[in-house]
Amino acid sequence: MARSLLQIEGLTRRFGGVVAADAITLDISADEVHAVIGPNGAGKTTLIGLLSGEITPQEGSIRFEGADITRLPVYRRSRLGLARSFQITSLFRDFTALDNVALAVQAHRGHSFRFWRDARGDDELCKPALAALARVGLAERAGVRVDKLSHGEHRQLEIAMALATQPRLLLLDEPMAGMGPEESAQMVQMLRQLKGSMTILLIEHDMEAVFALADRLTVLVYGRIIASGHPEAIRADAAVRQAYLGEKQGGDHGGRHG
Amino acid sequence: MSASLDPSLNAALGSVLSPRTAFSVALLAIIALFPVYTMLTGDTFVLTLFTRVLILAIGAVSLNLIMGYGGMVSFGHAAYLGIGGYAVGILAKEGINAGLVQWPVAIAASALYALVVGALSLRTRGVYFIMITLAFAQMIYYVSIGLDRYGGDDGLTIYKRSQFGGFIDLNNKTFFYYLCFALLLASIYLVSRLVNSRFGLVIRGTRSNEGRMRAIGFPTFRYKLVCFVIAGAMCGLAGALLANHTNFISPAMMHWTRSGDLIVMVVLGGLGSLFGPLIGAVTFLLLEEGLSRLTEYPDLILGPVLLLVAIYVHGGIQGLLEGRRRG
Repeated sequence: MARSLLQIEGLTRRFGGVVAADAITLDISADEVHAVIGPNGAGKTTLIGLLSGEITPQEGSIRFEGADITRLPVYRRSRLGLARSFQITSLFRDFTALDNVALAVQAHRGHSFRFWRDARGDDELCKPALAALARVGLAERAGVRVDKLSHGEHRQLEIAMALATQPRLLLLDEPMAGMGPEESAQMVQMLRQLKGSMTILLIEHDMEAVFALADRLTVLVYGRIIASGHPEAIRADAAVRQAYLGEKQGGDHGGRHG
Repeated sequence: MSASLDPSLNAALGSVLSPRTAFSVALLAIIALFPVYTMLTGDTFVLTLFTRVLILAIGAVSLNLIMGYGGMVSFGHAAYLGIGGYAVGILAKEGINAGLVQWPVAIAASALYALVVGALSLRTRGVYFIMITLAFAQMIYYVSIGLDRYGGDDGLTIYKRSQFGGFIDLNNKTFFYYLCFALLLASIYLVSRLVNSRFGLVIRGTRSNEGRMRAIGFPTFRYKLVCFVIAGAMCGLAGALLANHTNFISPAMMHWTRSGDLIVMVVLGGLGSLFGPLIGAVTFLLLEEGLSRLTEYPDLILGPVLLLVAIYVHGGIQGLLEGRRRG
């Protein structure tokens, strides 16, 4: 298998009596798309939070490119090349789509203690921002304020902002949440184009999307990994079918996920 | 000249002629002309009142920078008026009258205070942030009461305004008025540059969604702190002006109700708008002045007015001029 990019070892996080991450050990290879699936409350979003730094683990370690990042603050991880998208859209609502992405670009172009020059006319920020918007298919909506964009466009913008930070590891928390079938298909198409150019950790409920994109699959139940491997092997795994795939036949979107 | 204007030019013209801009321009013109009125009639009342308006407007502009653009609701902003004022008063009492010493000290002392308060309070948010800023301001208030050498509770008269030598004479009412006006315009211009710079976008982004700012790679705390210090320094200058205006300093300058007044001015004028704080300061102080002549209890009318604005008008008076209402 390819070079390892991220090593998670024994990662544990409890919230009161609930173990949201139970000694998770996982290895993500460079340039793979690794999907994490699991029923509601399995701890998938907690895992993303632990990796991005918003949640600190009680035990275990995270190594990224060989360096220990377990205690690194969120913004430092972003600088190292970890980017996340949010399951519940998290944007700057009173800014335009372009402003949103330009801010993400700005975060990675030196410091921002520049007090005088108008940042909005700055090509150094606008050009990469427009390129990121174009990549997700939002180039024509660049000048539109976020609160005037549709839900599907919000989801696209989420990805564009993450891309604008030029990540080496992209953590996607249910990028298709709340999307219709047509929008979902477009999103899968777009993510497929990203495949190979960066490593992606994908959390998704849409099984069709997962099997279309993932190189490897990990199944999380009650904060614990019950299976991990190639999608076909997972599909055939009896324990997984019982714990997850079987009961998920109805297809449950949105709602609360752990 | 072509018959059909370029659309972007059209939009630019539209924004110049918007009721909001027109109102601000008209207000500035009127403010600029008050000294002429005083010269013609010999009536100095309006000039004195508006000198005070301009000075407190600088304080409101600085509060708007952190509160309107940065989402940091400081409930202790009057402390800077006090610190700036006391810097001038204390130095004057000790025989140092040079403005070029007094004013930089006023600004630096305010900035330093902001650095300490900000470093301790900006890690909290919401009600906690409000309470910490208030607590610090109360502390400074009681410290000033304890300064027996500088008048304690009674305050201290300043016998000599800041000296700048040459032709600059702060005792000249017209000159002092225009100086305050110029400093107000300068502070509004400074804020307009700041909020559209890289720094400003970080501040505004942080107000909008701090978690996301961190996720895309910004160490938000240090940007908020610098913004807090800039605002503190600006308000410290207003304090130095206020001491020169009234020739007097006292703990009342930084009473917590004064911090509340500044918040009201900013909200009344329109949070996060450039001229909102000025409009708010004019409206608030004129209402206060007018109502105190009509009734013994001006707050009885002022209160409900503010309540109505807060509930029904989104974006203060500036928002009203745009026809924005709360949905």
